[in-house]
Amino acid sequence: MTTTERPADSDDLRSPAGNPLGFGRMLRKEDARFLRGHGRYVDDVVLPGMLHGAILRSPYAHARILSVDTTAADAHPGVKAVITGKTLEGLNLAWMPTLSGDVTAVLATDKVRFQGQEVAFVIADDEYTARDALELVDVEYEPLPAVVDARHALDPDAPVIRDDLDGRTDNHIYDWEAGDAEACEAAFARADVVVAEDMIYPRVHPAPMETCGSVAYMDKVTGKLTVWTTTQAPHAHRTVYALVAGLPEHKIQIISPDIGGGFGNKVGIYPGYVLSIVGSIVTGAPVKWMEDRSENLMSTSFARDYHMHGEIAATKDGKILALRVNVLADHGAFNGVAQPTKFPAGFFHVFTGSYDYPAAHCKVTAVYTNKALGGVAYACSFRITEAVYLVERMVDCLAFELKMDPAELRMKNLLRPEQFPYTSPTGWVYDSGDYPRALAEAMRIAGYDELRKEQAERRAAAARPGADPSAPLMGIGLSFFTEAVGAGPRKHMDILGLGMADGCELRLHPTGKAQLRLSVQTQGQGHETTFAQIVSHVIGIPPEDIEVLHGDTDNTPFGLGTYGSRSTPVSGAAAAVAAQRVKEKARIVAAAALECSVEDLEWEHGRWYVRGDPESAKTMAELAMAAHSALELPEGVEGHLDASVVYDPPNLTYPFGAYICVVDVDPQTGAVKVRRFIAVDDCGPRINPMIVEGQVHGGLADGVGMALMEVIAFDSDGNNLGGSFMDYLLPTSMECPSWELGMTVTPSPHHPIGVKGVGESATVGSPAAVVNAVLDALGLRHADMPFTPAMTWRAMQGRPMRPDLAIE
Amino acid sequence: MQVPAPFEYARASTVDEAIELLGRHGAGARLVAGGHSLLPMMKLRLARPDALVDINGLSDLDYIRVDGDEIAIGAMTRHAGVLGSAVLAEHYRIFAEAERVIADPIVRNRGTVGGSLCQADPAEDLSAVFAALRGTAVVRSASGSRTVALREFHTGPYETVVGEGEILVEVRVPIRTHLGSAYEKVERRAGDWAIAAAGAFVQLDDAGAVRDVGLGLAAVGAEHYTCEEAEDLLRGRPLSDEAIAEAAALCAQRCQPQADQRGPVDYKRHLVGVLVGRALRRSAGRARGEEV
Repeated sequence: MTTTERPADSDDLRSPAGNPLGFGRMLRKEDARFLRGHGRYVDDVVLPGMLHGAILRSPYAHARILSVDTTAADAHPGVKAVITGKTLEGLNLAWMPTLSGDVTAVLATDKVRFQGQEVAFVIADDEYTARDALELVDVEYEPLPAVVDARHALDPDAPVIRDDLDGRTDNHIYDWEAGDAEACEAAFARADVVVAEDMIYPRVHPAPMETCGSVAYMDKVTGKLTVWTTTQAPHAHRTVYALVAGLPEHKIQIISPDIGGGFGNKVGIYPGYVLSIVGSIVTGAPVKWMEDRSENLMSTSFARDYHMHGEIAATKDGKILALRVNVLADHGAFNGVAQPTKFPAGFFHVFTGSYDYPAAHCKVTAVYTNKALGGVAYACSFRITEAVYLVERMVDCLAFELKMDPAELRMKNLLRPEQFPYTSPTGWVYDSGDYPRALAEAMRIAGYDELRKEQAERRAAAARPGADPSAPLMGIGLSFFTEAVGAGPRKHMDILGLGMADGCELRLHPTGKAQLRLSVQTQGQGHETTFAQIVSHVIGIPPEDIEVLHGDTDNTPFGLGTYGSRSTPVSGAAAAVAAQRVKEKARIVAAAALECSVEDLEWEHGRWYVRGDPESAKTMAELAMAAHSALELPEGVEGHLDASVVYDPPNLTYPFGAYICVVDVDPQTGAVKVRRFIAVDDCGPRINPMIVEGQVHGGLADGVGMALMEVIAFDSDGNNLGGSFMDYLLPTSMECPSWELGMTVTPSPHHPIGVKGVGESATVGSPAAVVNAVLDALGLRHADMPFTPAMTWRAMQGRPMRPDLAIE
Repeated sequence: MQVPAPFEYARASTVDEAIELLGRHGAGARLVAGGHSLLPMMKLRLARPDALVDINGLSDLDYIRVDGDEIAIGAMTRHAGVLGSAVLAEHYRIFAEAERVIADPIVRNRGTVGGSLCQADPAEDLSAVFAALRGTAVVRSASGSRTVALREFHTGPYETVVGEGEILVEVRVPIRTHLGSAYEKVERRAGDWAIAAAGAFVQLDDAGAVRDVGLGLAAVGAEHYTCEEAEDLLRGRPLSDEAIAEAAALCAQRCQPQADQRGPVDYKRHLVGVLVGRALRRSAGRARGEEV
């Protein structure tokens, strides 16, 4: 990896352990336990008397359940209980609400609606017995025709999937629009050039290393339910269990221990979690459920699956006038999308992207199909991945038609720094940005002009007689993205009625060590380090002296969890504000200790000192002891040094970046090789640049994966063709070039420490750059990803294939 | 966690013991070597052997050596051993080129030559390599050894001539002179099975004509992982662009690929043509002493 223009760390002062006192590179505090095998994940939880559950799943995409016979399974000596849909109906738990106002089956009662759907739950002495006994449950099905292709879901003769819903006669979920259709129409009418294109953002999977699971224990004596579970949002899960199951919320403890990756996969509540709870209630023992890889890939929340028709209007010299898009959204068999209530298509309507034009409109139609539910996941910032892909592809299509360099076209249309704060045509208020600077920086690192020159030379050589027919086709692709993260202001954003504000508590112990309690939950992002650095930045105590506590609802304040890159923008702000309050309280303590007035005190490097007398000073550690001592404090000032904060963000933050990808395509085999990838990210000030770069690396690999290989396709019977890692391909280091990273820094004006969040930036921004590069190499205006060798070759032949269906 | 169906397990420390254990456990017993194909299939319950006879203790079958005018490769030789073999590198570049694109280092450290051939996956690269080189397999049973041409070793997808109570112990490849060999594979991602793969050796005579040639094809439904008609077409002719194109086209025509998520039939046939052409060209170049 090359990182160019790396600035000096913002604070050169070092802690006794050699860490920065505030922002700067430092090794992650959590890595010691991960590297030494001391991480503790859900599957590491072992309780006395614990039983194991396994789920029997539907082999069919759509079938009526005629009977479920558990006699043989019940008779197995190691089996403790078999739970079916009928059992749950008796408890009124066969169905549960989704995060999008629909219901989903915990265990199927009437029909199965996707392959892999949960049908029965076997609880046994160990996981081997539980899985063996699954084969003893006899389910009789009557197969029904499946709705596989979203484009035919609304056909008049399409089978109705959701006949469980009263009065349902079709597979339509909703129509939703944003923007101004009339203004768009007028802009299109006066345009010199209009380009239309259809594109699919295929169904993909977050595929975290750790699959989903839970261990539940209902202590019937105390009435307390404890659930160790793979969740990115432990507090939200607690409240949902209370609302759904009628359990008293003060008797529910959700523990999200170390989490092996989430990427959105662990936001929702899965039937397996509920079944482990029901299992514990039924058996009186703790019950563990841990899904296997195929179960994870086939039944838990997918991402994307947007069929998009875009139209872009421009003047002949390349000034964009308007963009409009129609989306057909495949939501699977239940509408289980996880996103703020008022935004059924997530933040897709940020699709106007990074460009300055007055008119935009989108319409999203969502449909049911016989596929797993989900729809917002995989580091997408609530559908901004789809939005950025659309606009960045449409801009390239426009460049193709205008025969204009795509960098020049982008530079001509990018928002200018003086336009911020900028209100987009669909109503988003971008907080800050200097877009041309970021694009120019990416082009500088890439050596853009030289790359174009090399490409022209290669093309000329290939056109000469006797040229090597296997000489690679070189392609250069750009994308520019604007992210909208840190959901979000309570008045606009809630999930299931829970506003998206985050609590945070900071306590200084008498010896000057601190504990910071967060509502958000890390899945590998490095919260224990980043949040300690935020506090250190504000109050000057070393990051190694700050313990970050999270993931246990009994010991942390309420908040909505980690997804949508919201931890640093929301909880990071909460932590900064808590630290600021502690710092101000310490000032009062310092004034008492130094016998001066508060106004006489100045702050420097973790201590308050008397103006003009730097020797009269108290460090934060000294003030912590003083605050807990017998020192007399002013009237009304209580002792101790702590603060409790709820942060309601005034706006989202808008990270952005410019990406350039260079590929070589084998003209005879269609194999694509990513030669270079340049990523310039602006996420505001970087708290820990090393962690930021790690996040960017991961997201870029995601982007290469989605552009070149990742897809969950289905055959005509609705069989999932991506149910293992042999079939669902994730990129390896062999497909990834040595990333070339750059940065610009534009602080957020409304965030207490100016930071914007970066977790999903690269996943959002990179797929379009790779796809644009491949299409540039092929000389095509559009073809759908993923560009596997076969997809690429067929696109070159002018006979493209649908990526979401079985290849025939 | 993916859990296989229940099975018995026994560990052999000699070939004779392995054969005896196979006999004791009967038709439902399977040998397990590296286990990188069999165990995943068992975990998905696609394979359900009654018993596994573990032969990882048979380290005396882990060797690559020159034996007269042949190279002998023990069945328990790991992929990594083939990849790093100086003997094979001296005689057949095709081995290292194929091994470099077989799975990943973790699998190559464990997976074996014998296991790969006996698993008989239609996309297995070494099967194509040995078919190209016209190797022979040595199979032992309680009643003694027999030798089978590699081109007659596989009787269908996931099926071989190795019968009940038998164990593949060695693979032999003739040493040839004035020779070049090469392997070409296109995959969706490092570690994936081939979409299509082609291997070749070419032996040139002093006049530059093809004295002998061998072709191997993986993942495309080629009978016995090869195309003998294309070999016959090339033998005795100068290896001109036209000859290569004809042979490649014949391979593409004769193979019987299946459409799957790796690609449609037309693409796989096209790839066969491209990859056979590339493998032949590079093999011929190497036979002429060029660095290709």
